[in-house]
Amino acid sequence: MAISQEEVERIARLARLKFDGPEKTKLQTELSAILNYVDQLKEVEAKVSESEFETEGANLMRDDVAEVLIDREELLGRAPTREGNFFKVKSVLD
Amino acid sequence: MELTDITLKEASRKLASKGISARELVAAFLNRVKQVDKSVHAFLSVYENEALACADEADGRILDGTSFSLTGIPYAVKDCILVKGAKATAGSKILENYIAPYDATVIKKLKDQTPVMIGKTNMDEFAMGSSTENSAFGPTKNPYDLDRVPGGSSGGSAAAVAAGEAIFALGSDTGGSVRQPAAFCGVVGLKPTYGRVSRHGLMAMGSSLDQIGVFSKTVEDCAIVFGQIAGTDERDSTSLPQPVPDYVNLLKEDLKGIKVGMPKEYFGDGMDKEVRKVIEDSIKVFERLGAIIEEVSLPHSKYALSVYYVIMPVEVSANLSRYDGIRYGLSLPGQTLEEVYYNTRSEGLGSETKRRIMIGAYASSAGYYDAYYKKAIQVRRLIRQDFVEAFKKVDIMVTPTSPNRPWKFGEKSKDPLLMYLEDIFTVGLNVAGVPGISVPSGVLEDGLPVGLQIIAPHFAEERLFASGHAFEKALDLKIKPKL
Repeated sequence: MAISQEEVERIARLARLKFDGPEKTKLQTELSAILNYVDQLKEVEAKVSESEFETEGANLMRDDVAEVLIDREELLGRAPTREGNFFKVKSVLD
Repeated sequence: MELTDITLKEASRKLASKGISARELVAAFLNRVKQVDKSVHAFLSVYENEALACADEADGRILDGTSFSLTGIPYAVKDCILVKGAKATAGSKILENYIAPYDATVIKKLKDQTPVMIGKTNMDEFAMGSSTENSAFGPTKNPYDLDRVPGGSSGGSAAAVAAGEAIFALGSDTGGSVRQPAAFCGVVGLKPTYGRVSRHGLMAMGSSLDQIGVFSKTVEDCAIVFGQIAGTDERDSTSLPQPVPDYVNLLKEDLKGIKVGMPKEYFGDGMDKEVRKVIEDSIKVFERLGAIIEEVSLPHSKYALSVYYVIMPVEVSANLSRYDGIRYGLSLPGQTLEEVYYNTRSEGLGSETKRRIMIGAYASSAGYYDAYYKKAIQVRRLIRQDFVEAFKKVDIMVTPTSPNRPWKFGEKSKDPLLMYLEDIFTVGLNVAGVPGISVPSGVLEDGLPVGLQIIAPHFAEERLFASGHAFEKALDLKIKPKL
């Protein structure tokens, strides 16, 4: 199955990535080839129960006790822009 | 023999008997890095002063009798594992200047044993690749042939151990990223059972597949290091509480009565003829050691790569959404918040990373989720079940680690699918969650190493070490790159 240019643009929006014209054309070919390859999964009869994400054991939870893992300044200090104890971003709502 | 050829076990013994000081040992390795790393490029950062200071502390411990089995041992760490205060770029421009704010749990556990970190190693960007050609900082070269790839994504760690720049190294393995470079560089590489090692502090790639693994010169060294990092961790809810045995005490010299399965699906066409010959000779070594060889079947093997190339990109696209230019890493300006995301991600991420994010976003998007992701998860269960069934008949399985020899730079980077096919023998284990180890098993006519992959049931790493150790002793392969 071939991926259309519009499809590439739709996915790029979901992924917050932008591509120029030639990149989009290349991605069309590459993504189509990869998706064609994985299409072989369709031939497998797989009737599996609803618990698809079941793992070996039960969920392992630790006690809900607050602790300082990393110093707050260490983390905030890595932000490109901050204001006081907040990450500063462009306005979210118009 | 040069000092940098030393195994962990020997180094540990020499340090304890004061035949050598930690400072001498560490200085020799730092010197070796200076000599060879211009051509090998295993390291992205080297911490010389910190390493020497750490070595002095180790010497203090040895003198006052408070040393451990890893005290003073120089090691290297893949750049996607956090070491507090050290750079952690994961081979990406988006994290070019990122300094880790805390230690990964594996690093914390190692530090308790006071080894000495030499530096952080090169890798394909965010561990996506099989050659290190996707590193934003240039590829690592195979120490056995500088025109060829070292394998990937943990190519830097594998090359560092092979080139005598570190005694052991940590890597991560999502689809073969420890085992394949280990095979290509002629060293031992372990991928543990899913859930065996804490991933707290490992940059997430494919969360249902990622495990941290070990590179070393010998299987015994691998067992020594692995015993220190294995076990559950309350900061990684996927790490399981199975007890960690004393792996070194469980090593064996013979394999009498051990049933070894050869999965027939792994011995079909499409394998390099010389690689096949080396692997067949290796299986004869197992027979000589008293093992019983049996053909087994993993009927859904041919779907493993497809399952992997759906599940992994979906998890990648979710995990890498955190690189958005807001909290850390590269941030490029834009008129709106959205533009900050677009500009930062488009500029900061490399082409293979973007490609996988795109596949993942597609396969998990509305309308396609059932056809791709859900289907892949269902087939995954069948693959896992294949391994469980096969291990009712045999104790371990053996396969080649890679069907091919290390390729020349650029040979496969034009066609992403061609590169993906290189993972064919390793991904099945990640999909099923079982552990595997690659052990050097011979050399090709052109001098390139070949790796044998040994597979064990979930949480039976001791079988990998026991059989790998016996095989290694019997084979007595002595190889070393000319650098």
